[in-house]
Amino acid sequence: MELLSQLLASAMAAGTPLLFATLGGILTERSGIIQLGAEGLMLMGAVTAAATLLATGSLLLAIAAVVAVTGALGALHAFLTVTLRSNQIVSGLALTLFGGGLSAYWGQSITGQPMPVQVPVADLSWLNPIPVLGPLVSHLNLFTWGSLLLVVVLWLYLKHTSWGLHLRAVGDNPATADVMGIPVQFYRYAAVIVGAVLMGWGGASLLLVFSPTWIEGMTAGRGWIAIALIIFARWNPLYALGAAYLFGLLDTVGFRLQLAGSPIPPYFLKMLPYLITIAVLILVGWRTKHKLSASPQALGLPYIREQRF
Amino acid sequence: MAWRFEIDPAGKDSPWWVTAAAVVLAFLLVGLFIALTGKDVVAVYLKMFGGAFGTSFGLTETLVKAIPLLFCGLGVSLAYRIQVWNIGAEGQFIVGAIAATAITIYFPHLPAWGALPLMLVAGAAAGALWGYFTAWPKVQFQVNELMISLMLNYVAILLLNDLVFGPWRDPHGMNFPGTPPFTPAQMLPSFGGTRLHFGLVLALFAVALAGVFVQKTRWGYELRLIGANPEAARHAGINLRRHIVVVMLLSGGLAGLGGFSEVSGVTHRLMYGISPGYGYTAIIVAWIARLNPWGIVVSSVLFGGLIVGGYSVQTLGLPSSVSALLQGAVLFFLIAGSIMGKVKLRRSGEGRRWNFFRNS
Repeated sequence: MELLSQLLASAMAAGTPLLFATLGGILTERSGIIQLGAEGLMLMGAVTAAATLLATGSLLLAIAAVVAVTGALGALHAFLTVTLRSNQIVSGLALTLFGGGLSAYWGQSITGQPMPVQVPVADLSWLNPIPVLGPLVSHLNLFTWGSLLLVVVLWLYLKHTSWGLHLRAVGDNPATADVMGIPVQFYRYAAVIVGAVLMGWGGASLLLVFSPTWIEGMTAGRGWIAIALIIFARWNPLYALGAAYLFGLLDTVGFRLQLAGSPIPPYFLKMLPYLITIAVLILVGWRTKHKLSASPQALGLPYIREQRF
Repeated sequence: MAWRFEIDPAGKDSPWWVTAAAVVLAFLLVGLFIALTGKDVVAVYLKMFGGAFGTSFGLTETLVKAIPLLFCGLGVSLAYRIQVWNIGAEGQFIVGAIAATAITIYFPHLPAWGALPLMLVAGAAAGALWGYFTAWPKVQFQVNELMISLMLNYVAILLLNDLVFGPWRDPHGMNFPGTPPFTPAQMLPSFGGTRLHFGLVLALFAVALAGVFVQKTRWGYELRLIGANPEAARHAGINLRRHIVVVMLLSGGLAGLGGFSEVSGVTHRLMYGISPGYGYTAIIVAWIARLNPWGIVVSSVLFGGLIVGGYSVQTLGLPSSVSALLQGAVLFFLIAGSIMGKVKLRRSGEGRRWNFFRNS
């Protein structure tokens, strides 16, 4: 019981940054725009949070700075892909390379410094008597609660509001959405910017909660794993919750096996998340080979009003 | 009176000077960041340029760094030609280096005429195999090649770390995470006492070969057809799957060759951090050259200089990640610029159009 509780807790801790980034990706891709800049955005989110927190000591200012910086980078991606209709894949790659470089440059002077402030924990000790689940949720930090809330909000938005329906229409068939009077460009801009902020927030939560010092390239491919999780979660925020925690578990299970003195080489255990991502992608591809994919129908296609399809 | 952008799909490709302008603008933007940290921008750039091209040592170092970029850039450019987004050159490069080193570990006493060709073939084969791991899920299950090739990068890096920290570590190396040094028979010859090695000749040979094949053969023609319109190419009876597999084998093989040339020509051993991100820089190298093989020669020298210049500004108290920052910025301006020939800025309500480049 004890062990199960501990495992679940560490899966949630490692999974929360992935969850934020995956939700951001789902929102972005539902509008029909691919965002491969997740890795760069997470790094920028993490370094912005670290630098602001060290300079001001204020968690709120740090969050505001993360929103501003990653929102601006998201707007840049939106301008390139929605307005200029340039290649979404290359623009995302540029964002990843640029974010990696800028975060390393900016973070050089604060590398290894511990964070002065911790994210507050919601004390719900009265939940403790509930077996397994009680100890798990009684001392969660506010970021984790925020991510859980976000799952529900995003799911309600996409499935049960007319605005969410509009967004899905834009992602599936922008021409029809346009005819219906839905402002295609507006929805795409909004989704890309908010999605980028969520990805940056994922990086910030990685830094503030999971490993509280800035190290160059500290995301170690989590942004890319989040992009794989979008496919795994079939663009559904509720599935994203399970997918992110599953990968959070993988992230920590290797470390635990190593501590327990397992004979498996530690590097192989570290490979597991990447190998399993590949396996999952192949599995999803194999299962949906002869079915209609769950992906937004116009994903990756620029929309040009006068162009016939 | 509102302005809006319009896209003319039949517009012209942007002229060559857009590429030059993108590089200049990237330097200006990064200069702004440097200025923000209170450094003298002009001094930093002069130092960078001087470090990369100013001395004969700097110049050979730049060329030494250009060789892996040339191999990897040429590799990814073939894949991008048919819109296969291989971003796994980093991993393909590393497994190439590992496989070439494996020959030195398991057959340590081969003479040069046996060791070098064997290492070359092993490096290329390992890179090609890594490329195949990306191609197979794509053609079989329509799995996104971006994701697979990137995940394989991490697998390759962890494999490298396992080997150099574990079974392959040099027992006399004072805990240095690397294999024992190669014997002279396992080293590519270098030019007259410099660090510049025979790998450059190999790389240029590969460029010439790629140039001829892409421009002059039926295979190259089919690649261009697929690149222009995959759907139309498929209807014309071109076997897309076979092309994807072949191109990924070549793409990975070239990056693997780069790995071989790096361990055999430069480091003379396999070691931790064998690639400072050559595979990722190669993406920009290929893009900036518009996938043209001979253009890649120019861009890889430019980016080799950027890496060397990045090291030389460390004496001014700047991190070498300045060069990574520049690379990302160049790519941004480049993609914005590449669309310029097709974009029109139009004022609604009036027929007047203003084009970024006059359409003839």
